[in-house]
Amino acid sequence: MTAAPPAYHAATLGELARALRAREISSVELAQQALTRIGESQAALNAFITVDADGALVEARRADAVLARGEAGPLTGIPIAHKDVLMTAGLRTTCASRMLEHFVAPYDAHVVARLRDAGTVLVGKTNMDEFAMGSSSETSHFGPVRNPWSAACVPGGSSGGSAAAVAAGLLAATTGTDTGGSIRQPAALTGVSGLKPTYGVCSRYGLIAFASSLDTPGPFARTAEDCALLLNAMAGHDERDCTSLDRPREDYLRVLRAPATAKPLAGVRIGLPREYFADGLERDVASAVDAALGELRALGATTVDIDLPMVRHAVAVYYVIAPAEASSNLSRFDGVRYGHRAAQYADLSDMYCRTRAEGFGAEVKRRILVGTYVLSHGYYDAYYLKAQQVRRLIARDFVRAFGECDVIAGPTAPTCAFKIGAKADDPVQMYLNDIFTIAANLTGMPAISIPCGFTPDGLPIGLQLQGNHFDDARLLNVAHRFQQATDWHRRTPAGFVA
Amino acid sequence: MSFAPDDVARLARLARIDLDADAARDVRGKLDAIFALIDALQSIDTTGVEPMAHAQDIELPLRDDAVTAGDCRELYQAQAPAVAGGLYLVPKVIE
Repeated sequence: MTAAPPAYHAATLGELARALRAREISSVELAQQALTRIGESQAALNAFITVDADGALVEARRADAVLARGEAGPLTGIPIAHKDVLMTAGLRTTCASRMLEHFVAPYDAHVVARLRDAGTVLVGKTNMDEFAMGSSSETSHFGPVRNPWSAACVPGGSSGGSAAAVAAGLLAATTGTDTGGSIRQPAALTGVSGLKPTYGVCSRYGLIAFASSLDTPGPFARTAEDCALLLNAMAGHDERDCTSLDRPREDYLRVLRAPATAKPLAGVRIGLPREYFADGLERDVASAVDAALGELRALGATTVDIDLPMVRHAVAVYYVIAPAEASSNLSRFDGVRYGHRAAQYADLSDMYCRTRAEGFGAEVKRRILVGTYVLSHGYYDAYYLKAQQVRRLIARDFVRAFGECDVIAGPTAPTCAFKIGAKADDPVQMYLNDIFTIAANLTGMPAISIPCGFTPDGLPIGLQLQGNHFDDARLLNVAHRFQQATDWHRRTPAGFVA
Repeated sequence: MSFAPDDVARLARLARIDLDADAARDVRGKLDAIFALIDALQSIDTTGVEPMAHAQDIELPLRDDAVTAGDCRELYQAQAPAVAGGLYLVPKVIE
């Protein structure tokens, strides 16, 4: 009689890779464990839109063969899921929209192909806000995602399913996309680590476009170290995305491998923007972030107050630029080449109008209308051009700030997870969730959210670290040193312990 | 900025989205709130500031104008709502 393989739902990628190599568990067994946990949690969390058990087992068997030959890389055989905005060849890719409910992607997104080539095993596609437009994962055509720490609460968004899947221990790694905070804010609200890399480091090819100058693919995992491992696989030049950067390959784990010392952050200057610690910050969030800053100082970092005077306009700038780009990008959904087409219509124009009325949800329609307005004749200069000018002023604030500090720290979101439905009918209140995360998208700079505490009600709180362009490795290192000294990232929600 | 019913109807027409009366009323109130947030930008002095269209000031590269993906017509048209003879079908536009 053979014993059941040990459960690995709380393991990191490094621990999984070691167990796979030591033959303590096979990739097929890992995939089966993930599929079982996903199935058991689906009614409670709704984290997945599509699960591909057959495909996963085929890939897992292939990974086991690679492992048996001794040719495995660090991600070989690891089960993974992608946000359903990333194209997966042969697998349904819906953007959580009725418009693409039956759309089967004809090719892989670049980051999907990179992770496939690295040997990961794709188990499914995660739920999200429709077309990645939202901060709560409530606008999905497939129903809201729930927070593993409290079923009454949202997991944040738009990559809420990917965040919830890691938080609940369904998977050790998932992907997301971040246009205004859609990786970092759900990471904060579910107590996991989530990285938005520097714009251009990961290709957007096959990422169904929302706002092209802001959209950034990135990883979710329990730890910053695992995010670095995933970024190593995801990053790379791709000439099919004209904004993908052609830079020398970088090992994002290199600095993390240096042995831990008593003061691993000696010499690191951490900037604290006065604007991020102002009124409106929830008391529990403020005290958890303060405690985290104390920990960073204990690890040798120094802190310095900085000013980002234009950052208070970031939300307004974002809600001009992102809808403008969205209204252009989403014009492709016309019922002709793919996606939903209305059943009843009078003529071609009527077919477009009814198809889009039926295919898009309310928030997507609102953003298309906002974008249409700010790009329309007579308003372009007053809104779109103005927003692009203020975008530059915000970027200048950050360039100046990074003359005085190496990393900027603060809360990821102004509050912990809120109740499902609490902000669903108030778009402006929903938009203000992203008040601290949007600037990094406007500037293209990297940022990470890592767990740094809990409210008295047991809801996670996130610390955001922002860096200058291409300082992804430095951010990951600061986060890693913090996680070596703390265990917030090791906590598991009560309903998902075993 | 306050949206009149005609403004919303015009926007919906430009965006090719049918809005029934209830949806138009709901969206009108929300657009007013969203533009109250956005209109704060008007008070900022941006004289002489170069608009920032891209996250980094780089020149976008051009790649060679060469076929890379090959013939994907059948693959792509398998997704289409209506095709015939390799063509996408739309309602009649010429009488």
